[in-house]
Amino acid sequence: MADRPSGAGQGDNRPKLSLHVPEPKFRPGDAVDFSHLQVPEAGTAIRPDETCDPKEMHELAYGLVRVLGEDNKAHGAWDPKLDPETLRKMLGHMAMTRAFDERMFRGQRQGKTSFYMKCTGEEATSVSASMALAADDMVFPSYRQQGILIQRGYPMIEMINQIYSNKGDKLKGRQLPIMYSSREHSFFTISGNLATQTPQAVGWAMASAIKGDSRIAATWVGEGSTAEGDFHSACTFATVYNAPVILNVINNQWAISSFSGFAGAERTTFAARALGYGLAGLRVDGNDALACYAAEQWAANRARANAGPTLIEFFTYRAEGHSTSDDPTGYRSAQERTEWPLGDPVTRLKDHLIALGEWDEERQEKMDLEAAEHVKKTTKEAEANGILGHGLHHPFRTMFEDVFEELPWHLKEQAAQAIHERETKFPEGLPNRGKGA
Amino acid sequence: MSETQTKDVPEKVQDAERRLNMIEAINDALDVSMAKDPDVVVMGEDVGYFGGVFRCTAGLQDKYGKTRVFDTPISECGIIAVAVGMGAYGLRPVPEIQFADYIYPGLDQLISEAARLRYRSAGEYVAPMTVRSPFGGGIFGGQTHSQSPEAIFTHVSGLKTVIPSTPYDAKGLLISAIEDNDPVIFFEPKRIYNGPFSGYYDKPAQPWKRFDESVVPEGHYSIPLGKARRVTEGDRVTILAYGTMVHVVEEVCKQKGVEADILDLRTLVPLDIEAIEASVERTGRCLIVHEATRTSGFGAELSALVTERCFYHLEAPVERVTGFDTPYPHSLEWAYFPGPIRIGEALDKILAE
Repeated sequence: MADRPSGAGQGDNRPKLSLHVPEPKFRPGDAVDFSHLQVPEAGTAIRPDETCDPKEMHELAYGLVRVLGEDNKAHGAWDPKLDPETLRKMLGHMAMTRAFDERMFRGQRQGKTSFYMKCTGEEATSVSASMALAADDMVFPSYRQQGILIQRGYPMIEMINQIYSNKGDKLKGRQLPIMYSSREHSFFTISGNLATQTPQAVGWAMASAIKGDSRIAATWVGEGSTAEGDFHSACTFATVYNAPVILNVINNQWAISSFSGFAGAERTTFAARALGYGLAGLRVDGNDALACYAAEQWAANRARANAGPTLIEFFTYRAEGHSTSDDPTGYRSAQERTEWPLGDPVTRLKDHLIALGEWDEERQEKMDLEAAEHVKKTTKEAEANGILGHGLHHPFRTMFEDVFEELPWHLKEQAAQAIHERETKFPEGLPNRGKGA
Repeated sequence: MSETQTKDVPEKVQDAERRLNMIEAINDALDVSMAKDPDVVVMGEDVGYFGGVFRCTAGLQDKYGKTRVFDTPISECGIIAVAVGMGAYGLRPVPEIQFADYIYPGLDQLISEAARLRYRSAGEYVAPMTVRSPFGGGIFGGQTHSQSPEAIFTHVSGLKTVIPSTPYDAKGLLISAIEDNDPVIFFEPKRIYNGPFSGYYDKPAQPWKRFDESVVPEGHYSIPLGKARRVTEGDRVTILAYGTMVHVVEEVCKQKGVEADILDLRTLVPLDIEAIEASVERTGRCLIVHEATRTSGFGAELSALVTERCFYHLEAPVERVTGFDTPYPHSLEWAYFPGPIRIGEALDKILAE
């Protein structure tokens, strides 16, 4: 028992305090019942003007913006009224993202790389949101936004080269798989340290405003990582400087094995975090591709009009494990995925297109097949550059490059040592490479 | 010995009569950099309208406007993070952390982000920021306004660490740091902002204007990072120091009549190893002096380097004089400070071997 100051015995009649440690509703084997989740009818949320005072958005921070209804039709003021061609593109990017995830996950299981992370069930939060931005708006993603790269047309072979850390990897095999970077696609280098990108996006947006540019910034962070101080810094700087930035919070309910309650979800919504900062706050059905698009578009319009930053909570569900390194059946009920009341984003968008008479199951099947074939073919091409651990990596000296712009003496000495070690181990040259590689 | 001349000013004493203290020299460096490059922005707590708690940014907001010189929230994490984002955009931010002791909330953004951007993106993104921060003790700042955390940063791959010891150097080094495309930690020894410090706290302080190192030319000049400065030339012992301690060791050597080869390192990473080796090979003795705590301090690195590289030239074991491994105590500040007695005894010891 902790020491108490002497003379403090007058507290003897006071009630005992107790510590609350959050506990998710369902654990492995539990029957799942999500009836406690309030899911409003599609089309019921108000859509204020993009330049409105955040004070007018109170109910949007606690409600849920939904467009696609049970009837698979688009409803209400948030309907972005996209043409069928755009909707088919959206569906195509989401299907491609899912096919990519399937193949890469399998590749990790086959020992072709060390690590992978799927975004199954969350495709709309990156694909649809990204479609609502301009191609040169700067994005600061977390690690589950591969949909942005696919939507922006980043060559898939570059993604796979990076995942394999092979000799074709533009990041020279330095980064954990899926930590992509593409300046050409206005896609910031992914960190791996959580939430660091959030205030960086605010800084980029501030710079854009300082320069009188017209480009805005958007960043993605998981609900679990909103607990980091960086997130608080991001919200503070965003509101203080009225930065042209969108803070997307992906509430997929789980941070590895910790449910959203460990980031405060038992008490309030993540969108409601916006209110205290004076940010515009939107809570959105993250499995509703149209709602995701509409919300991001609203926030982009707001930022571009110098009307201020927006915090969007995308309410979704992480249908798979956190990564290839965890088994979700060890900490949550398998029924959660099937019982999730907001459905699957790909299925919902497909059903919407079918309801519009602009799509059918045959075409969907063909598209899925073509996506799988495309990924398979690209994977083969990437494998010609090598897979992790098979020696087709970048030359040893590259390990020392880019620590600084110029190589200082101590790194030159260490590079010589690394090359000496290689020559000692492989006097005839590296396998698969020849001497001098 | 590496050259100590500047890149574009052949003679140090060009404008013989303009004398500045270190605060004015830093202000001048910021002014010159902002005038030259519209991408340079200055930000930090109280740096805008007020001009900084030590006045290093005085007048800059008036001259360059509120979008290039501005106050920030009290969030070192946020300050460094937005500087990373601004650097990714193409700006050249110069954030001020009000005291080095406050820098710790920004460490993740410095260590995992700023220092790693170039490497992890294979050069697609860089962080060309210069983090200025007053550091060191001797002004009765207590344990939260006195620390010397340079070794935390020298241990991080991808960061450069620079510490000036004179107004002339402060300007030239700061301009180099701002123009450098890598993140630079620029620690300003606040005890010598207004004048060099002999280590005798009970003697009257001397203003910079009485010393030639306060002659600061107008306009642009730079001092390359990674080049040490020879303070005094001597054959008996090499003394490696930086910041405030440069002046203290100089005074101690003068008092004791020791002809020492004093090197002001100026940049800890990248280090001027050539100058160190050349000097130690000549003198055969090496004393390392810093104000920071001893264990795992930068002196440990210097001692290891000298021992590894100059062992057969050494006539005596390498000696370190440092602050003690305690927090910086307010009332016992001068008991903590590695002053003339500690340095003098170490000199006696190393010279007696």
